[in-house]
Order: sequence, then C-alpha cells, then structure tokens
Amino acid sequence: MTDAPAAAAAAAAFAKPARRHGMGRRERAAWGFVAPALIAIAIFFVIPVVSALLLSLTDFDIYALADLDNLRFVGLRNYEQLLSNPLFWGAMKNTLWFSVLGVPLSIAASLAAAVILNARVVKWRPIWRVMFFAPYVTTLVATAVVWRYLLHTRYGVINWALQSVGLPAVDWLGQPETSIPAILMFVVWKIFGYNMLIFLAVLQTVPDDLYEAARIDGAGPWKQFRHVTLPAIAPTLLLVSIISVAGFFQLFAEPYVMTQGGPAQSTVTVLYFMYEEGFKWWNLGSASAVAFILFLCIFAVTMVQLWAARRMGAET
Amino acid sequence: MKPRVILLNLAVAVVALIVLFPLLWMVSVSLMPTGEAANFPPPLIPSRITFDHYRDLFVSQGMGRYMGNSFALATLATILALGFTVPAGYAFAKLRFAGRERIFQMLVGALVIPAQIGTLPLFLMLKGMGLVNTYAGALVPWLASIFGLFLVRQYALSIPDEMLEAARIDGASEGQIFRRVVLPTLQPIIVTLGLFVFLGSWNDFLWPLIILTDQSNYTLPVALAALSREHVQDIEMMMAGSVLTVAPVLILFLALQRYYIRGMLAGSVKG
Repeated sequence: MTDAPAAAAAAAAFAKPARRHGMGRRERAAWGFVAPALIAIAIFFVIPVVSALLLSLTDFDIYALADLDNLRFVGLRNYEQLLSNPLFWGAMKNTLWFSVLGVPLSIAASLAAAVILNARVVKWRPIWRVMFFAPYVTTLVATAVVWRYLLHTRYGVINWALQSVGLPAVDWLGQPETSIPAILMFVVWKIFGYNMLIFLAVLQTVPDDLYEAARIDGAGPWKQFRHVTLPAIAPTLLLVSIISVAGFFQLFAEPYVMTQGGPAQSTVTVLYFMYEEGFKWWNLGSASAVAFILFLCIFAVTMVQLWAARRMGAET
Repeated sequence: MKPRVILLNLAVAVVALIVLFPLLWMVSVSLMPTGEAANFPPPLIPSRITFDHYRDLFVSQGMGRYMGNSFALATLATILALGFTVPAGYAFAKLRFAGRERIFQMLVGALVIPAQIGTLPLFLMLKGMGLVNTYAGALVPWLASIFGLFLVRQYALSIPDEMLEAARIDGASEGQIFRRVVLPTLQPIIVTLGLFVFLGSWNDFLWPLIILTDQSNYTLPVALAALSREHVQDIEMMMAGSVLTVAPVLILFLALQRYYIRGMLAGSVKG
C-alpha cells in the first residue's frame, strides 16, 4: 500500500526544507501515507482537468483519434462554433429550466418534509426519516425506468390518478411542454430526502424555548416558521442551494433513460450534449469546450449566490 | 391542538405513500404475467405471481454477468478507495510534514471542480494506456477521491495526540501505530466511506457507459439502460431488472443506514 521509493521521491520533490534539515522518521512515514493518494489525484484528476482546457483549444476529432498527426491547435474556434450552434443554446436553455424549476422545487419539498418530521407529535420519526431518504440511494437508471412507466400516457399510474379525479391525461414525456416538469417530478422524488436530512439536523439545534416564546407572543405556525425556523436555517439554505444548482446543472442519466433528449430536443441537457458531442460524434475538442463552459457556469452561479448572501448578511 | 396532530400525521402518511409507491409498484409489476401492466386502469396487484421475468433475465439476457460485474467493480472500488484515502486522511490530520497545510488548502479548493470536466481527457489517457473496456479503467476515478480524504481527515482530527505519543514512547513504528491504534478508532468512518464508495460505484452511470464498451463488461445500470431501449414494451421484465439493480443497494443502505446518515451529515453540514 505504501510504496517507499515513490514516497521518498515525492518527499524530495515537495519538501525542500525537510531535506535541508534531514527528514525525520515520522515525516517520512507521513509521506508514505499521503503519497499514493496524492499521486492518484494528480494523475487521474488534476492532469485530466488541466488537459480538458488544452483539449478544448484543439480540433481533436475521430481523425485525431486514429492518428495524432491530424490534431491541430485552433485557439478559441470550438467556443466560437458552440456559441453559434442553436443545439448548444437549446441545451443551455433546457439546463437552465431544469435548475430554475428544480432547485426551488426540490428545496421546498425537502424543507416541508423536514418541518413535518421535526414536529414532536409525529409518531415513529426515525423510521420516516430513513424511509424518505431511501430513494436517494437507489440506482438512478433503475428508478428512472420505473418512473418512465409511471408517467406512461396510456397505462401510467399518474395519468390514471389524474383521470380518476376528472382531469385529462397528459402525454408527460411525449411533448416538449411537459417533458421537463415530468422529469423533475422524478428527480424531486429521488433527491428530496438528502436535503431533508440536512435541514432536520439543523432544525434539531433550534431550542424549543424559541418556539415557546413565539407561541406565547401569539405567533401561529406560519409566523413561527417565518420568524424562528427560517432565520435558523438561512445559512444552511444557502449551502444547500449552491450544492443543488451544481447538481441540477449536471443532469444526464435522467434524460438519457427517460426521453433520450427528446421530444424535439426538449430535454437535452448540457452534459447530455457533451456526451453526444464527445462519444457519439467523437468531437472531443468541442466536447471539452462544452465541459469547460459548464464548469464556468456552475462557478459563476456559486459566486453570485455567495455574493448575494454576503449582501443580505450585511443588510440585516 | 388535536387537529394539528392529525394533520401532521396525515401529511407524513401522504409523503410516505408518494415515496414508497414507485418502489412497491416496481416489485408488484415485476411479478405480473407478461402484458398485464399494459392495461387501463393500471393493475396494482398481480393477478397471478410469476418469477418468469427474473428467470428470463438470467437465462437469456445475461443478467448474472452484469450483476457479477457490478459486484466485482463496487467491491474493488471500495477496497482501493479505502486503501488510498484512509492513510492519507489520517496523515493530513495527525502527522506533520512540510507543505501539509498548503496541499490541503489546494485539495479543498479543488472540491468545487466537477470531475466531469476531466472525463474526456481521462478517457483518452486510458485509451493510450490500453485500459478502455477493462475493470481497471472503470475503477480509476475511485482512486482519487478528494471528498473521501477530506471525510477521513475530519474524523481523524478527533484522535487524541496522547494516544499516538504513548504508542511512540512504547517504541511502535508509524506503520504499527496506524494499524493497531489508528485503524480501530477510525472504524466508523471507514464503514461510512466504504458504503459511500460501494453505493457510488454501483449506481454510477456516465463513466461506465463511456469506458465499458463491450456488452460483456456492462454494469447493471448500463445494461439496464441498454435493455430499456430495446425492450420498451416489456414493462414486467424491465421492472424485474430494476428490482435486481436496486435491491442490493437498498438492503445494504438499510442495514448500515446509521453509518451512512452520520457520515453524510458530517460531510455536508460541517464542510
């Protein structure tokens, strides 16, 4: 597990002061412990990420895959072509819709479930907690297949439920207007338990006295939520929304299994676009540019949210 | 106060129904005779229980093979990830070495970079090494888990220094201290991280889809996705396939849920 020569080499490379003073037994052991992980991270994470930027500046395609002599440096041409490609903009727009609808929806579901489960009068709370979380650990592809049938126009249970209360059946996955909401129903079902557990953990740190005091002041359930619960979970809310945005920006398997990007490209996400560009058409240079744009978008949204949070924190 | 109690318990029951229904429906349909699910109104209970679809999956669809691949890859990923990250996480928490803080800061910064960015170059790299369509290629991303390293370090910070010093005074080498003193104290976080990696590898889709090109190497999710494109009409068989894919991880999670939830909260609330 710990490779002594590799550890020594790594130590020599990184730890100049230690070499000057002679490295102690303990420091050598420490390098032995960290070197394998650091080397793996360097080779299989750092190098690929850096190369992605370089790759996005080349015209790496199926010809270069066959013979590297066909590879050329093209500067920002991949980016220019993407920005004038309506399919790419379609993927950006779809991903934005998924996030704009999905992030508030999933957080609202998580928060509602957490507030309900935090009430002492609810019985068997530990059991519900685990049960509500369970969909999160299920295999995405398998549950997406299940939901594809639940959403089936003719035989689906969801349409049957709608029709039995007198509403018309909906062609959920078959028309561009409903395909994103349909996939989001599945996604919220699958992930709400995760943030629910995080909210629950925070809610349990809110002292009961605060609710008691609010009740004595005549605050109803909504006012208690607004003035006691919400301030207590505000920092967590920010953290959770940042993580959720990054997650919704990376939807891939859901449309792959449920709609294959359709109907009429309405569920092609940025990551789906990257997959097709890279592994269906083998335009790896262009696909890397897509990956980089995706990263910049996630990074930018995170920065904006942090900035907004700091401003709100300064005002209150 | 009484209506509030009834309302809250009712709300819990409704959420529980929504959460459980798709999973129960999946199991129920997987036991129905062929074609029964394609009816209106959709039947909820099989008219007659049959295990034909499960047998069919193993006999003619190669399900045994895919399941073996998934089990082997998830197990190997777990062992490798623990072997690489546990010693490193401990060293970052408890052993002093030059550049420790700086390297750790860089790793924490790198946490914001989604691994998907490196997918394409990593594929090309592994292609150059001849690892496309091999277990080794599928396992590579699990070696370099910054998150795992971070999780172990947070936990290892709580090991008392006196305990390590006492072992050193007794003349134990650093390797012996790690095995005899540190590993037993880290046991809960090792279970947690092992569980994360096993479930993560079992459920992973994009990377195995890219790197495992030959059907005989498919994992369950990749095989299921391919199967669902060919057999759209075979609802009952697809549900049997979904049960076989979901059941192992769901059972594993339920058995070890304490470890999972504790580790998840430690990783997200503090981080």
